[in-house]
Amino acid sequence: MGYTPVKFYQTGTHTIGNRLLPADARTVQSDDDRANALSCGHRACQGCGEALGARYAVDAAMRAVGGDLVAANATGCLEVFSTPYPETSWQIPWIHSLFGNAPAIATGLAAAMKAKGKATRVIAQGGDGGTTDIGFGCLSGMFERNDDVLYICYDNEAYMNTGVQRSSATPPAARTATTPALGAAPGNVFGQGKDVPRIALAHEIPYVATATVANLRDLEAKVTHAMSLHGARYIHVLVPCPLGWGTASHDTIKIARLAVETGLFPVFEGGNGDVTGVLKIRAKRPVEEYLKPQKRFAHLFKDATGAATIARLQAIADRNIARYGLIDPAAEV
Amino acid sequence: MLKQIEGSRAVAETVALCRPEVVCAYPISPQTHIVEAVGELVKSGALAPCEYINVESEFAAMSVAIGASAAGARAYTATASQGLLFMVEAIYNASGLGLPIVMTVANRAIGAPINIWNDHSDALSQRDSGWIQLFAETNQEAADLHIQAFRLAEALCLPVMVCMDGFILTHAYERVDLPTQQQVDAFLPRYEPRQVLDPLDPVTIGAMVGPEAFTEVRYLAHYRQEQALEMIPEIATNFTAAFGRDSGGLVRPYRLEDAETVVLALGSVLGTIKDVIDEMRDAGVKIGVLGIVSYRPFPAEAIRAAMSHAKRWVVVEKALAVGMGGVVSTDVRMALDPALHQVGTAAIAGLGGRAITKDSLRRLFDTVVDGTAEPLHFLDLNLPVVKHELERMGSLRRSGPIAENLLKHLGAVAARIA
Ligand SMILES: Cc1ncc(C[n+]2csc(CCOP(=O)(O)OP(=O)(O)O)c2C)c(N)n1
Ligand code: SF4
Ligand SMILES: [Mg+2]
Repeated sequence: MGYTPVKFYQTGTHTIGNRLLPADARTVQSDDDRANALSCGHRACQGCGEALGARYAVDAAMRAVGGDLVAANATGCLEVFSTPYPETSWQIPWIHSLFGNAPAIATGLAAAMKAKGKATRVIAQGGDGGTTDIGFGCLSGMFERNDDVLYICYDNEAYMNTGVQRSSATPPAARTATTPALGAAPGNVFGQGKDVPRIALAHEIPYVATATVANLRDLEAKVTHAMSLHGARYIHVLVPCPLGWGTASHDTIKIARLAVETGLFPVFEGGNGDVTGVLKIRAKRPVEEYLKPQKRFAHLFKDATGAATIARLQAIADRNIARYGLIDPAAEV
Repeated sequence: MLKQIEGSRAVAETVALCRPEVVCAYPISPQTHIVEAVGELVKSGALAPCEYINVESEFAAMSVAIGASAAGARAYTATASQGLLFMVEAIYNASGLGLPIVMTVANRAIGAPINIWNDHSDALSQRDSGWIQLFAETNQEAADLHIQAFRLAEALCLPVMVCMDGFILTHAYERVDLPTQQQVDAFLPRYEPRQVLDPLDPVTIGAMVGPEAFTEVRYLAHYRQEQALEMIPEIATNFTAAFGRDSGGLVRPYRLEDAETVVLALGSVLGTIKDVIDEMRDAGVKIGVLGIVSYRPFPAEAIRAAMSHAKRWVVVEKALAVGMGGVVSTDVRMALDPALHQVGTAAIAGLGGRAITKDSLRRLFDTVVDGTAEPLHFLDLNLPVVKHELERMGSLRRSGPIAENLLKHLGAVAARIA
């Protein structure tokens, strides 16, 4: 029988972690010995981007440090769906304290390990609300002190656990329970919100990266790299939420990829204040392609009045593309 | 070793002898000297291994302590007043998780109006937080209580607040007998956590708990506080055996034998009260004092027993339950035998640092003894000033901010720290 080459990037990305690749090129998830840190039985919605992102990120961190890892978790979907009493989906030492203090809990964990002369590493994780809003003071403090913590933010662009309310990571025009699609300017307000990855960079911490669940290989690689470093590190992962965004469960990856390919969510990494690497896109896709499948943007397509708002969103994407130099016709994505 | 030393310094040096492994510091008067001194001991290497973390808020201070404690480290922090309130969510969390953190509270009033001086509003606001709360009468006791606090906290897996009056104790230079490292090491065993985040034996801490078990979790928190009622006197007895002096315990009776009137209080004001009681005893009045060291758990039985022969009582309270009256007196009333019909007064005193003088106390106690005291009394309340402001408010819609109006009315006197 003849040899048939397998085209691994049939999805057009590096999404698949294929066991047919050489060992050193395989994903953590394709490894039989993966940690399964967030194991089955949790209560996340079907197609939850956060569950997917957390599983890949934490398993990658586990492999990077040989399993010698503890985690702190902010209140939010990830915490609630993973620990319905008396069960837990976590196979690693894991603590949930409060909504707004996960970075400080992690600081305490890291301090204890240091004082006790242990090599155990520490990660903290939270949603966008827990990270960019209520936990922001603690996050900035942890960054500023350069505490030995990797903080991972799973950004689904709203307070999902409490029923999809607006956070400072909610994009303009998006409908949430507190930014309804009503009135003259339906959805979330333009000109607000925080770019926490860039704020993290401004803290001059050793490592900052963004990633999405559309490119899990990239996410794994970034977590792995982050764990090879010490000091404060930050990874901001875009994780679509079918429930909050009004998307089909099977479209989570596709939506995340469109966020990247439109330029609305720039994927980059850097450290010590500078951006050092950018995930390029072959060709820019119009933002409509990303917005249209999402019910939270449905009001933009109801009638002609949405066009002006879509143009403003396109301008944001274009600004990202220019700022990060996102376009490269030779890019794989 | 006997030292003439500032209260804060004595506490810091004692805390260091307890070998905390993680200390988090965020400054607020009158706690600052404590965390500064601990920081010095860590920086100089005298206290090692210890991670000293300059956090960005009290909320972070308590959160870092929670993380450290959950990783098996002995954790310590200190705060006061607004700082205590700023960390409230984490305070409840620490006790809910059962983490034996020890915290000094340098008691101070709560604003608005902002006020840096001493009263007990801060600590008493946290009476239901699940923390054990011990109140020191002197700097010696403040220092000693920290050693006992770590032992108690770790034995029960409950956090402990050691409360000491801001400025009155924290900034007072007094003679304090500081123990040796060997003495403290012998008294305070290594911290063996009941739960710890350990990759070799992974556990989940802080899971979601619903109605099916929440009551039981809370009951166990209460149960452990009840255990503390037995353990606090035991530890105090052991402490006396090891260090040769009395410190701690649940309550501290003073000239209580045959006392028909009992004065109850927490903290440093007990010193002044005892002086007044001595004078009244000399004058033949059957009056005594019951100092409350342990406010949480509340030693109801010990108080009932100590006051079985009392006819009247008064709590000198450095806090006010606005809209209700006394804080501690409410608990005292609950503790007493209703069949005895003992008549009680809540005397609100020393708010925001107002000096509690012997003369004022004497006048108050005289009214308690002769049965003319009101159930709720505000010691040294300046009634004319209050009346004046009430009239202003009655006649003017835009009467302005109350605190500033009072200060204006008082004029130059306001600048004086009375
Ligand atoms: C101090 C406090 N305020 C509010 C809440 C309610 N609350 C719990 S989870 C949550 C939303 C979490 O949103 P996010 O951090 O974005 O995570 P997600 O659920 O979206 O993954 C909120 C508002 C809380 N638990 N604590
Ligand atoms: S609401 Fe969204 S984030 Fe939460 S579990 Fe469902 S899909 Fe995941
Ligand atoms: Mg969210």
